[in-house]
Amino acid sequence: MLEIKKLHAEIGGKEILKGIDLTINAGEVHAIMGPNGSGKSTLAYVLAGREGYEVTEGSVTYQGKDLLDMEADERARDGVFLGFQYPVELPGVNGMTFLRTAANAARKHRGEPELDGIDFLKLLREKAALLEMDDALLKRAVNVGFSGGEKKRNEITQMAVLDPTLMVLDETDSGLDIDALKVVSKGINALRGPEKATLLVTHYQRLLTYVEPDFVHVLAKGRIVASGGKELALELERDGYANYVPEAEAA
Amino acid sequence: MPATLETEDAIKDLSGDYKYGFVTDIETDLAPKGLNEDIIRLISTKKEEPEWLLEWRLEAYRKWLKADDPDWAKVHHPEIDFQDIHYYAAPKKKEGPKSLDEVDPELLETYEKLGIPIKEQEVLAGVQGAPNIAVDAVFDSVSVATTYKEKLEEIGVIFCSFSEAVQDHPELVKKYLGSVVPVSDNAYATLNSAVFTDGTFVYIPKGVQCPMELSTYFRINTKDTGQFERTLIVADEGSKVSYLEGCTAPMRDENQLHAAVVELVALDDAEIKYSTVQNWYPGDKDGVGGIYNFVTKRGACRGKNSKISWTQVETGSAITWKYPSCILQGDNSVGEFYSVAVTNNMQQADTGTKMIHIGKNTSSRIISKGISAGKAQNTYRGLVRVQPGAEGARNYTQCDSLLMGDKCGAHTLPYIEVKNPSAQVEHEATTSKISEDQMFYCVQRGLDPEEAVSMIVNGFCKEVMQELPMEFAVEAQKLLGISLEGSVG
Repeated sequence: MLEIKKLHAEIGGKEILKGIDLTINAGEVHAIMGPNGSGKSTLAYVLAGREGYEVTEGSVTYQGKDLLDMEADERARDGVFLGFQYPVELPGVNGMTFLRTAANAARKHRGEPELDGIDFLKLLREKAALLEMDDALLKRAVNVGFSGGEKKRNEITQMAVLDPTLMVLDETDSGLDIDALKVVSKGINALRGPEKATLLVTHYQRLLTYVEPDFVHVLAKGRIVASGGKELALELERDGYANYVPEAEAA
Repeated sequence: MPATLETEDAIKDLSGDYKYGFVTDIETDLAPKGLNEDIIRLISTKKEEPEWLLEWRLEAYRKWLKADDPDWAKVHHPEIDFQDIHYYAAPKKKEGPKSLDEVDPELLETYEKLGIPIKEQEVLAGVQGAPNIAVDAVFDSVSVATTYKEKLEEIGVIFCSFSEAVQDHPELVKKYLGSVVPVSDNAYATLNSAVFTDGTFVYIPKGVQCPMELSTYFRINTKDTGQFERTLIVADEGSKVSYLEGCTAPMRDENQLHAAVVELVALDDAEIKYSTVQNWYPGDKDGVGGIYNFVTKRGACRGKNSKISWTQVETGSAITWKYPSCILQGDNSVGEFYSVAVTNNMQQADTGTKMIHIGKNTSSRIISKGISAGKAQNTYRGLVRVQPGAEGARNYTQCDSLLMGDKCGAHTLPYIEVKNPSAQVEHEATTSKISEDQMFYCVQRGLDPEEAVSMIVNGFCKEVMQELPMEFAVEAQKLLGISLEGSVG
């Protein structure tokens, strides 16, 4: 589903990604781990098409299409979802309206009829039940005054409603207490499926206890330096990144 | 590219996104250009006005000759040639009584195109979803149709064109005309007093809550005309009314002047809510053409516990110069001003309010949202004055500005004069930009960039937009998005 080849990217002339190769097939969950500054978030932003992240070399193919050739909003409508490490506040923008507009943009793109308020509410209730969350957050302005946990829960609710094909979750576990982590993990698991692929970007093994990855990769200084199964995450948790990044301090 | 397509594209490009730029081809009764006492007599004669009104006009004209145009606003335009304007333009109509069935189909079609409901049948027939609004339609210098007049009359509400009010309710007109905005208030108001041609008159009798939204829809159609309309709303003791006005004009390369006067009077325990969605033609991207919207709007809370609330969404006009104000005379009276002013390309807006606290325990609230894009200049100018007798007066002012791009300007000029030590006056102001984070968050959820801007801007304006009557809120939201198209990327 996603094929990243020799990907180089820079921000403001500084090279951050220095040749990433990664293939993710439908149905798989991959975790990218690595110390601070290794390029994890950059990879997530490059996949989502954020401005200012310039790809200098390499290619990314998504469902047979050249992902890098698509605008950020096109990618989103085509099923690429980025769960933000720091979800952004949109003062005055009602969560329900925001999400319905987003959902309808994707539906229009797929040639499906747009949802009216009532049908949307039905869909929302259905998804919220699946995640065992309520829709109370969506009645407020997007992320405004939300706690860290609420922001992340809101990201997962959005993800459930938008029903993406490729889910890139950037440090979704950061700032969560153990209860919130369980709720969010449950949501991510509920959205796994044979037609979908997930890329988890994380510092810690903690999240991976709840969302079991098929593959774990270690990213250091813009390159993937090791890949393995979920046991690799446990090893990192025990020994730190020192074996892979000699000069790295314990993260 | 085939020539036809090319032409279509070129036209589309030229017309931008202003949907209302068409011209109605209709036979017009047009006064010669220029302003003098004869023109004023002509207007007065056309309207079969009583002598006192003609005298009132002539006195205003003589004052106007000596008045200087206001020059303190942060707007720039070439000097207006007042002799190069037609002061009277009216669609020619057949003789006979004026009923809706006899309105020129060409005009009906115009309003249909503009999305204005001037057909009563739908609502009277109980068609579901038909808006519950009575409309006075003003086309160039005259009112061409007023809906639901009879129905409103049954409960004593007078809703008619200003010209009719002069004929049918001269005592009310005489009593209140010029009582809130004096003839010599400012040069544009003085000019209006001399040459006003039509507008809307509303009287809500004691204790009546007007059961429907009242609205006036202003349309400038004829080239080189000025529109000078006059609106007068009187809410008698314990009454309540919500009123809305909308405005559009064809796209032309010349600037056209619109100098209106609006006067509101609220007596004891009365409440007037006045909403404006102003979408005059703003001119093209280079600032050619567009309406000069120089308007004087003022409300007097004359009675105790009265309330006047102004809500305005200003997206159009080349230049907007207006300060809907409240004179809080009655004890415990309340004044409110909620404003969204959007300027894009070369537009200029200098707008705000005046809250004059005279009575005891009067309170006012000002929420102003200015959005500036392109090379536009957007100024909030507001006065809060607490007179010595205004014991316990309160004011809260919030002015937020949003800048898009780095070639536009936002200016906030609050004037605060407090002459009573018990007053509490608060002022907050912010200036911000749409952040790259917010844009990326929205587009990552699948919104295209224009949609994202519209969503963020509407969120920024929410406190004002939610004050609009339901029927118009959705339209106004779309308008905000359209006005800012092309301002990203």
